[in-house]
Amino acid sequence: MAKTTLIENGRVICPGQGIDKRLNLLLAGGTVAELTEGRPEADETIDATGLIVAPGLIDMHVHLREPGMEGAETIATGSAAAVAGGFTTIACMPNTEPAVDNEAGTEFILLQAERAALARIYPVGAVTKGRLGRELAEIGQVSRAGAVAFSDDGSPIHNAEIMRRGLEYARMFDRVVIEHCEDPDLSGEGVMNEGTMSTILGLPGIPSASEEVAIARNIILARLTGARLHVAHVSTAGGVELIRRGKAAGAHVTAEVTPHHLALTDECVRTYDPVFKMNPPLRTADDVAALRDGLRDGTIDVIASDHAPHPPESKQVEFSQAPFGVIGLESLLPVAITELIDEVLDWPGLIATLTVAPAAVLGIDRGTLRPGADADVTLIRPDQRWTLDVERFRSRSRNCPFHGREVTGRAVRTIVGGNTRFRAD
Amino acid sequence: MAQLGEPALEWTRKHLLGLEDLSAEELDIILDTAESFREVSTRKRKKVPTLTGKVVVLMFVEPSTRTVTSFSLAAGRLSADTVSFSKGGSSISKGETLVDTARNIQAMGCDVIVLRHSAPGAPHLLARNLECSVVNAGDGAHEHPTQGLLDMFTIRERKGHIEGLTVGICGDIKYSRVARSNIWGLTKLGARVVVCGPATLIPDGIEEMGVEVFHDLDEFIPQCDVINILRIQLERQKSGLFPSIREYARVFGINSERLERAKDGLLIMHPGPMNRGIEITPAVADGPHSVVLDQVTNGLAVRMAVLYLVCGAKG
Repeated sequence: MAKTTLIENGRVICPGQGIDKRLNLLLAGGTVAELTEGRPEADETIDATGLIVAPGLIDMHVHLREPGMEGAETIATGSAAAVAGGFTTIACMPNTEPAVDNEAGTEFILLQAERAALARIYPVGAVTKGRLGRELAEIGQVSRAGAVAFSDDGSPIHNAEIMRRGLEYARMFDRVVIEHCEDPDLSGEGVMNEGTMSTILGLPGIPSASEEVAIARNIILARLTGARLHVAHVSTAGGVELIRRGKAAGAHVTAEVTPHHLALTDECVRTYDPVFKMNPPLRTADDVAALRDGLRDGTIDVIASDHAPHPPESKQVEFSQAPFGVIGLESLLPVAITELIDEVLDWPGLIATLTVAPAAVLGIDRGTLRPGADADVTLIRPDQRWTLDVERFRSRSRNCPFHGREVTGRAVRTIVGGNTRFRAD
Repeated sequence: MAQLGEPALEWTRKHLLGLEDLSAEELDIILDTAESFREVSTRKRKKVPTLTGKVVVLMFVEPSTRTVTSFSLAAGRLSADTVSFSKGGSSISKGETLVDTARNIQAMGCDVIVLRHSAPGAPHLLARNLECSVVNAGDGAHEHPTQGLLDMFTIRERKGHIEGLTVGICGDIKYSRVARSNIWGLTKLGARVVVCGPATLIPDGIEEMGVEVFHDLDEFIPQCDVINILRIQLERQKSGLFPSIREYARVFGINSERLERAKDGLLIMHPGPMNRGIEITPAVADGPHSVVLDQVTNGLAVRMAVLYLVCGAKG
C-alpha cells in the first residue's frame, strides 16, 4: 500500500478548481487522492489548523547559474532556496555558461535537478544559439529533451526578424517564448530608471520607453505569427497598458511581474547600494501603482521572482560596475503576501498567480490539487510576522533587496510528490 | 566665524559626499570657515599647524590636475600629511576593488580619504565601508561638492550675497557633477538657478531639482547675474548628443557679442579645463567679466575648510 498523508483542518485554496474552503486533503503514493470534508485514515497526519493549503507554488522565472557560475548558485542550492520559499516547481533560465541551447545542456539541468531531489525543475531553452540573437537554437530537440519554454532572457532578441522566426518556430512545438523586452539602444549604458532620481544621482538612465518599445514590437509579432508570447518582468505603466491592449486585441500574450517591481521604487537607489540594481530597473511610484492595477484586472497573469544570484563580492562595488539582478526565491511569497493581500489581490487571486497561471503559461499540468495530480503542496502560515534575514537563506547568494524587511506570512511546509522537502523550524 | 584651529562646534558631518544633503546653515559654516582660512594663503609662510598629525589620502582614480593640486596644497597648508595616488600607479589597475584598496589605506592609519572617481556613488560606497572621513572630489556625473562650494564662495565674495541672484549654468548639464552641486548649493542659499543647453544634454526631471530650463542663449543671458559655463566634452559629439563642434560653438558658445545683452556686473565662471573657442571665446575667458582664476584661488580656502571641518567632526 502506498503511503498516505492527511493534511487536515487547513483552508484549502485551489484556484484551478475554484476551491476556497476548510477541507482535508488526502495524499496517497505521491498523488492527490481526495479533498474531503471527511477524515479518512492515513499513515501520517499533518495538522494544518490556521494554515492555508495551496497547490505547490511555481516560480517560472529563476536563474540557477549552473553550469558556469556555481559561485553564485547551483541547481542544488537553488532547489533548496526554492522549497524554503514554498516553491515545488521552478523554471530555470538558459543564460548559463555555456547557454542551454542544445539537448545535452537541457539534460544536464534535469540530471542535476534529479540529484538535488528537492524541487521540480523545468529548463527553459535559449531561442537563439548561444543567446546571441543571430541563429535559432535547436528548439525542436531541446523541447524533446524537456524544455518547456524558450527565452534569451538576460538579453532581449534585438533583431525583429529573428524574434519573428523564433515565435513561429516555437509555436510548432507549442512552446511559449518568454521575452525580456528591452531596446538595448535606448537603454544604452543605463543602470537605473531614467527620471528625476537618475538625474539627481548622476547615473545613466534606462527609459521606460526601452521596455515599452520592445513590448509593443513583440506583441505585434505575436499577432503576426499567432504564437504565444510571455512578457517577462514587466516594470512600466506603459508596458502594462500595451499588454492590456494586446490581450484585448486577441494576441496570445501573458505577463509576469516581480515582487521588487511591485514593492520598491527608484528612490531605493539613493543609497547607491547595488542590491537595488536589476534589469529592468526599479521604476517610480506611478509604475508600481500601474503594475498593481495590472494584477488586479488580470492583465498581469503571474508573479515570478527573477531570482538572479550574484556572489557578494560582485555587489560590493561601485553601483555602475555591479551586475544586474537580485535574488527572490525566499522572499517572494512573504513580500507578495505583505504587499498585496487585501489591497490588490485576495488569497485565491494571489495563489492563482503562483500556481495555475504559471502552469498555463508553461503548458505544464501542475498548480492544482485536483485528484490524480502530483502531490505537490505548500502550507502557508498567513499571519506569521517575521523579519527577512539573508543570512538564513538557503541560496548561495545574498543579494536580496528585502533583507531586514518586516513581513507577514510564509511557507511553513513544502511537499513535493508527497514528500516533505522543507519544514520551517 | 570659526577661529583657526578651533573645532567648529556646529559641524557634525564626518563625510562630505555632496551638497544635496547639506542645510543652508551648514553651507554657511563651510563658506565662513573658508573665509577665515583665505588669509593663510596670503602669508609669506603659507602654513598653519591645525591638522598636524592627521593623514589625508588623495585617491584620484580618475585623472585630475587642479582638484588634486588644490586638495594637496590645502592639506599641506593645514600641516596634514598627504599621500596621493592615481589609478595607473595603484593596485586598482591590478584588479583590486575600490573598497579593498581603501581599506588597506585605512589600515595604515588615515583620517580622510579624498576620492575622485568616475562612478557616481563611489564615495558613498567608501563611506559605508570605512571608518575614516570621505570627501567627494567628484564622482562621475553626480556631485563635485568642493567645486560647488568654491563657485558659491566666489559669487559671495564678488556680489556680497547669493540670495536673490540669478545664476545661470550653461552647457552639458546632463553629465555635469559641477552643475548638480551648484544647483543644490545655490538654491539652498536662495538663488534662482537657470540652465541652458541642448535638449539632448539637459537630463530628464531636472526641473524637480528646482531649476528653470532654457535652450536659447539670447533669452538666457540677460536674466543672469552669474553664468557658469561648463566644459563640453568633445566625446559627447561622437556619441550623437549634438551634431558638430561648430554648431555647438555657434548655438551655445558664449562670446562678447552675446554678452552685450548681459546685466552690468555679470560674472563669468568656468570650472575648467576650458575649450577656448568652443563653449567660451578667449575674449570672454580673459575679459572683464571673468573670475575663473579667482575660482581656483578660492578653491584652496574652501578645501582647507572642508578638511578642517570633517577632521573636527570626529572629535
